[in-house]
Amino acid sequence: MPEVRVVNLTKKFGKIAAIDNVTLTIHDKEYFSLLGPSGCGKTTLLRLIAGLIQPDSGEIYIGDKLVNDVPPEDRDIGFVFQTFALFPHMTAWSNVTYGPKVKGYDMAEATTIGHEVLEMVKLHERLDAYPNELSGGMMQRVAVARALAAGAQLLLMDEALGQLDAKVRTEIRYEIRRMAKDLKLTGIHVTHDQSEAMAISDRIAVMRKGKILQVGTPQELYMKPESIFVAHFIGESNFLEGYVIAKTSEGNIIIELREGTKVEALNDGFIEGEQVVLSMRPETLIVEAGLQDGQNVLSGTVERITFEGSSVRYEIRLPNEEIVIAVKPTLSGELLKTGEKVKVFMPVEYTRVFAYPDTGLKEELSVA
Amino acid sequence: MYAAAIIIFFALILVPPIAGIFIKWNDIQFIFAQPALVSRALGAIQNSFIIALIVAALDLLAGVPMAWLIARGKSRWLSAIDTLADIPFIIPTTALGYSLLLFWSGSGGVSALFGSSLITPGWLLVMLLHFTFSFPVVVRVMVGALLDYKMEYERASRTLGAAPFTAVRTVTLSVLRPAMISGYVLAFSRSISETGATIIVAGAFENGSVFIQNMKNTYAVTDPALYNGAIVFASFILIAVSIGIFITIRLLGPKLKLPLKRVRPLAERKLSYKKAERSRNTVILIVFFALILLPSLFVALTAFEAIPTPTFTDAITGKGIWGGFWQSLLLSYGLGAIVTLVNIIIGLPTAIIIARKRAGKFMSAIFDLLVNIPLVVPSIALGVSLGIFWKSSFALPDFALLVLAHLAITYPYFVRSISSALERISPDMEEAARTLGAKPLGVFRTIVFPLTKYSMLSGAIMVFTRSVSETGATLAVTSKLQTAPVLLVNWIKHVVPNVTSQDIALASGFLVLFSFIILLVLRLVVGREEKY
Repeated sequence: MPEVRVVNLTKKFGKIAAIDNVTLTIHDKEYFSLLGPSGCGKTTLLRLIAGLIQPDSGEIYIGDKLVNDVPPEDRDIGFVFQTFALFPHMTAWSNVTYGPKVKGYDMAEATTIGHEVLEMVKLHERLDAYPNELSGGMMQRVAVARALAAGAQLLLMDEALGQLDAKVRTEIRYEIRRMAKDLKLTGIHVTHDQSEAMAISDRIAVMRKGKILQVGTPQELYMKPESIFVAHFIGESNFLEGYVIAKTSEGNIIIELREGTKVEALNDGFIEGEQVVLSMRPETLIVEAGLQDGQNVLSGTVERITFEGSSVRYEIRLPNEEIVIAVKPTLSGELLKTGEKVKVFMPVEYTRVFAYPDTGLKEELSVA
Repeated sequence: MYAAAIIIFFALILVPPIAGIFIKWNDIQFIFAQPALVSRALGAIQNSFIIALIVAALDLLAGVPMAWLIARGKSRWLSAIDTLADIPFIIPTTALGYSLLLFWSGSGGVSALFGSSLITPGWLLVMLLHFTFSFPVVVRVMVGALLDYKMEYERASRTLGAAPFTAVRTVTLSVLRPAMISGYVLAFSRSISETGATIIVAGAFENGSVFIQNMKNTYAVTDPALYNGAIVFASFILIAVSIGIFITIRLLGPKLKLPLKRVRPLAERKLSYKKAERSRNTVILIVFFALILLPSLFVALTAFEAIPTPTFTDAITGKGIWGGFWQSLLLSYGLGAIVTLVNIIIGLPTAIIIARKRAGKFMSAIFDLLVNIPLVVPSIALGVSLGIFWKSSFALPDFALLVLAHLAITYPYFVRSISSALERISPDMEEAARTLGAKPLGVFRTIVFPLTKYSMLSGAIMVFTRSVSETGATLAVTSKLQTAPVLLVNWIKHVVPNVTSQDIALASGFLVLFSFIILLVLRLVVGREEKY
């Protein structure tokens, strides 16, 4: 039932539009993430959906119902706060059964519901403890249990894993997704952590400066980013500036990079003379010392090596002084050495070309 | 430095106000010879506590919605109301008492509308008076607590299905309980201590403070032994019960839990409507203006009427009784300034000990409790005990006694405001300064002081106004020196002959005016300095 739809939604704080004419549909029973750097408006959007703040214009629908004038307590939502906001004067158990109680259920009903949700979040011990006596992971579980106990069909989570240790975080994020799926809830998850969003979401909306840049499945966003920012924010990308100088017979384009290096890339409607940005993922580059010269093979020098466990990351300086990053699996062969002369091959099928941004490349890549 | 602070605290502040009565303990037998007097004393003391307990509760009832309006409201008039709410706090209580007397029972006040005295001097007027001057304390404490409160809790409650009223009832008020307790204790202690204004509006009614003063008027000269017995007896009970109540509230208060019983969603939803909120705000504003502000400032009207009359020229030129008035005013403000200064010197280390737990966790907590004791002890009883203590061992001049008495009374105000300000500064900040190479004193000068300046100033204001207002302890330690409020009581009670009501109104008017000037100047200074 709870499909969430926002239409032409705008919310200003002073003169700054925190949410700038946003339209978005989140499907029923979908696990959806709002992803973006801090200050992009993702938390504001979540709070608008929850009714904690009011929009300046636009409509919010939950199910088929326009909820603009419905107070938060009547929206049938569960909200997990970034700081958890567990009531400090109540035990874990009282926190969990708070929702049923304020909705006027009697003690027996509240107790039944409380036990059900605690079963779900696998929290059985320390129910008499106060929030300040609980570990971060436990507080998280209590916060989720509390939101579920209120009978929500729509679970809203505001950076709800941000306060946890890295290990606990990865554990809990899958649990929450599983729980939402088991209970057939619609989940909206706000995060600035792209790997978290990629790992648990059915779909993701990437936000920046109050606008939604792209909505898609994790694979779509990774493989087919529609903007430089999305290519940069989801995963990692190399960006090289250049001009289109020719088209090939296969419909590809030849881009002249700085200092005259020429590279072939897939075309996305560009014409000769246009200023463009060429991008490719680090893991698509093939780096070897003894590679034969040819199309899209550049020579370079290994500038820095970072060992990352399962993979090794190379920073390679091209003859035009630009740096490209390449990532190779650790077990894929012998490791390169700093200062080593290498060849870098950029497979045409993995290239993506974007129009050069009006504000400049540096500004476009900034996540502030 | 900390050891010295602890020694000074015990030697000057804590021990004399309590130990004094035990020096004259034997005199207590003289009152037991007169059972009628004993039961009169007990009755009066009982009145003190009943009034203080009820008034503090009424203050909470009216003060919390008022603080809510100030802290959460959106009207631009609220900052003006915020300032107005402080007025009954800064006006010396004797002037306030006279103003209330004129308003409620004088021929020119509301009584004029009814043809006869609406409220004659007595217990009801005493209650009204105490409600008026302790109201701002609760409002101040609650506004501060509401501004510090994390709204996230209330929002969480709403998302879990609670209507606004339910959210406030079950979450916000529970989280703010410590602030309500401290507001209650402060209002209680203000009420239990007040003497001068109570004498003015009491009529034949007696509470503990009035009883002690009446004993002085009746027996001090004719039967000193009985007088000593009576005041030691009354002071002892006042001190013991106050401390008992204070400790009970401190220990039981935090344990007092309102269990979340069944919620009635429909009824509570109705109370959440905008209409309900608006009518609550209207009621509280009417209560504030009609019951508190108007009566407090009523004396100004009579004072203005006096301006074109010869009384005013007499006053300005210091003719007749007015010479004494200006002298007493000078004494009051001089005393206030000295007490404030000494407080800053000896109170600051104590505040640091409490806030930073320099004496160990347990001892610092005990210390925190002890510092509050002079606050809850009725000031006249404190004065009686302190007077006996110092007079029996040293021949101190009356002025020194006055300084010591006022110091003991105001010390908790200063220490409390500074220690709570210090608690708000993270120790990390001080540690950061140390790692950057600052010496401890340098840390204080460059980090702690700039961040607590505002609280120090407001602590100093509290000390100063409290000292200028104080009558009970002043009456108890000296009969020679007259501070302004004591002089005013004497004028009103016709101890001084040939004083007209116009004189009194004008004198009260001057006190109100000077208080305003001080408040305004300080607001300007503080307003400019408050950046953080």
